[in-house]
Amino acid sequence: MTNPIVETDVVIIGAGPVGLFAVFELGLLDMKCQLIDILDRPGGQCAELYPEKPIYDIPGYPVITGQELTEKLMEQIAPFGAEFHYSRMVTQLEKLGDGSFRTVTDEGEEFHSKVVVIAAGGGSFQPKRPPVNGIENYEEKSVFYSVRKMEAFRGHDLLIVGGGDSALDWTLNLLPLANSVTLVHRRDEFRAAPASVNEMRQKVAEGKMTLLIGQVTELEGENGELSGAQIKTAEGVVAVKADRMLPFFGLTMKLGPVADWGLELNDNLIAVDTEKFESSIPGIFAIGDINYYPGKLKLILSGFHEAALMAQAAKKIVSPDERVIFQYTTSSTKLQKKLGVA
Amino acid sequence: MKLIVTDQAGVVHELEALEGWRAMEVIRDWGLNIKAECGGACSCATCHVYVDPNWADRLHPPTEEEENMLDSAADATEESRLSCQIIMTDELDGLELTLAPSAAKDEAAA
Repeated sequence: MTNPIVETDVVIIGAGPVGLFAVFELGLLDMKCQLIDILDRPGGQCAELYPEKPIYDIPGYPVITGQELTEKLMEQIAPFGAEFHYSRMVTQLEKLGDGSFRTVTDEGEEFHSKVVVIAAGGGSFQPKRPPVNGIENYEEKSVFYSVRKMEAFRGHDLLIVGGGDSALDWTLNLLPLANSVTLVHRRDEFRAAPASVNEMRQKVAEGKMTLLIGQVTELEGENGELSGAQIKTAEGVVAVKADRMLPFFGLTMKLGPVADWGLELNDNLIAVDTEKFESSIPGIFAIGDINYYPGKLKLILSGFHEAALMAQAAKKIVSPDERVIFQYTTSSTKLQKKLGVA
Repeated sequence: MKLIVTDQAGVVHELEALEGWRAMEVIRDWGLNIKAECGGACSCATCHVYVDPNWADRLHPPTEEEENMLDSAADATEESRLSCQIIMTDELDGLELTLAPSAAKDEAAA
């Protein structure tokens, strides 16, 4: 069954602080938005990299954490009824014959909009690939960065790498199914939940699994089929038999499919003008950390400014015949009605 | 004040550093291949460097937070540090660092 096509005014790629505030600025001008983000929640870097860290340069907030800022923005944009599509990557973006845009996600959803706003920050968060020679040849065949179906690992010799909750949880969950499990971590301390760490140590003591302190330095196998790995430990190099590997080193940002959409780039950033923050393709705007223009500063507040100007330009595309009057939320009853406060 | 940095290709760079700057900021400012995606918040491990053993004792030991972040660098060794956690001082004039493979930026799109 194919998904119905979602029709909207604006598709926003990225639900970080700047993508969220774009909903506000577009909403004041009566434009409806659909947001798509690779993470499973809003906030972008504020949610994934530093939810608990203080930010000191948001105007009006002497100090606010990434998580708090995200929550405040979600509250601020609530009146505009934007729809969110999480845990999805936009894989295709193309201009249609009538000047509108078709946006497709890796879940097969399709959006049609008059305007697209790319607010993708440093790109999409993807699993960190360990810098081991040739690992890319094994990916999706023997090396996996997530577990979709546990059954797929039944009877296999598993090499799990990492010291956080993902590594420990999957070690314990897959142990009953696997033929063997070897957990590799760089030090004999784990930041995972203490209960999981204790359980893992118990399984090691019972001889049900192996724990090695070190790093994976080499993979062995043919045609993407892993057969073993070399682990560098303090006592020397240890060979491990393994036909499935699960590295858990967290996430990093990759530009990803953005590079394939025919936009003019400047050192992996989308080149925009400073009047409308429009890319080289009219109707596609880029705001926040993902854009480049002379003098660009990668600050959240710069992204907010860019969102406001972008919205004015987007309005002319979405409603070309409508005359837009510039208004303030403080004095305009019309705007206050949209915000649900008048 | 100097910072001696060997990049991922093995090229040695002698960088002019300023007191109070993070080593990561010096390396980034000179345009070397460092991703440093969280911008110095000790939240990503993409400014991972190896410290020359001769200098290791002159650095303050890593905090638990830094150790936890280093867990997400698959090429971390005994000599690993996050360069955003090294603040340049007179005592560190001449510090020798090597950029880890995991600190490299994504290759530029063609």
